[in-house]
Amino acid sequence: MRLPIIGTLFVVLLISMDACQSQDEIKKAQFFTNGKSLYTTHCGNCHGEQGEGLGNLYPPLTDTAFIRNKRAALPCIVKYGLHEKLTINERFFDTAMPGNGTLSPQEIAYILTYVGNSFGNELGLVHTEEITNSLTTCNEAK
Amino acid sequence: MNILRIKTHFIIAALYIMLAACQHEQKRLPILGERHATTKEVDGKTITDTVYQTIPAFSFINQDSVTITNQYFDHSIYVADFFFTSCPSICPIMSKNLLKVLEKYQGNEEVKILSHSIDTKYDTPWVLKRYANKLGVKGDQWQFVHGSEAAIYGIANKYMVYAKEDSNAPGGFEHQGWLILVDKDKRIRGAYDGTNTEQVNQLMADMDVLLAEYLPGKE
Repeated sequence: MRLPIIGTLFVVLLISMDACQSQDEIKKAQFFTNGKSLYTTHCGNCHGEQGEGLGNLYPPLTDTAFIRNKRAALPCIVKYGLHEKLTINERFFDTAMPGNGTLSPQEIAYILTYVGNSFGNELGLVHTEEITNSLTTCNEAK
Repeated sequence: MNILRIKTHFIIAALYIMLAACQHEQKRLPILGERHATTKEVDGKTITDTVYQTIPAFSFINQDSVTITNQYFDHSIYVADFFFTSCPSICPIMSKNLLKVLEKYQGNEEVKILSHSIDTKYDTPWVLKRYANKLGVKGDQWQFVHGSEAAIYGIANKYMVYAKEDSNAPGGFEHQGWLILVDKDKRIRGAYDGTNTEQVNQLMADMDVLLAEYLPGKE
């Protein structure tokens, strides 16, 4: 008789735990996982597995202030590249970054959710709608 | 019971002897590529010898706009690769891994690195110099070379590395990320995936084995 009661309690506990994790948290975890593999394919060669960059050739992604302040510009940088000079962590960079024109807003949201919550960054979930809006402001968008 | 124990001791002893024999045997790297046999006369006797594929003579311009020929590598083992500075795909990882190789052998004149640019139009010595500086390359063990299209793509074949201009490939060039290990006689002794950390570690282990061949007292 006791076993079914314990079983029921366990199920209730599981459901309540699940509810604690909000919808956005689940989405964030999904985006993060998808973003990780896309990052490896499209970004990691230059920016490094740990976002450490490479010498003075490719900047690291560990400057949390830069990532936070440039949040609205990041989708444009990912899609169209960057042709500006940068100083990050007191290192100077002037190598042009090539764009990743084939990435969809959804994929960019995955990547930025991954980068934005790795390497010390804490951007939280980066929504697909946010990417779509940002992309309309890119200089390179035609 | 006793017999069994003696047997066990015997087996263990035999294993020890076998193990010791293995340790004495020097590990040697294979010689890769084509080979053919030749016969020649030495002191009136006809002997047969194997001729191995070697890297032919070459002459390129390095990152300091100085001519670098095969002679620069005559008394060294070296690692060769093919890359280009604006490469968005595998080259950064290859360069990063070669930097590890350089760091391990920095100051060892018996070890050199030779990176050929396959972007013969854009990667002038000046561009190569900037790339090397930004990468953090120190000293002259790592040579970045520029050459004519025919010369670079021709020598890529000799290293058995595929490289081709292709507007569909990322950055405009299709190429393989092999790191080729060459001995002091310009024979190819190993090929390693320059994007794979384990294989790069294997390369460095194999470089130690190859260097050991040239220690005094060894053949």
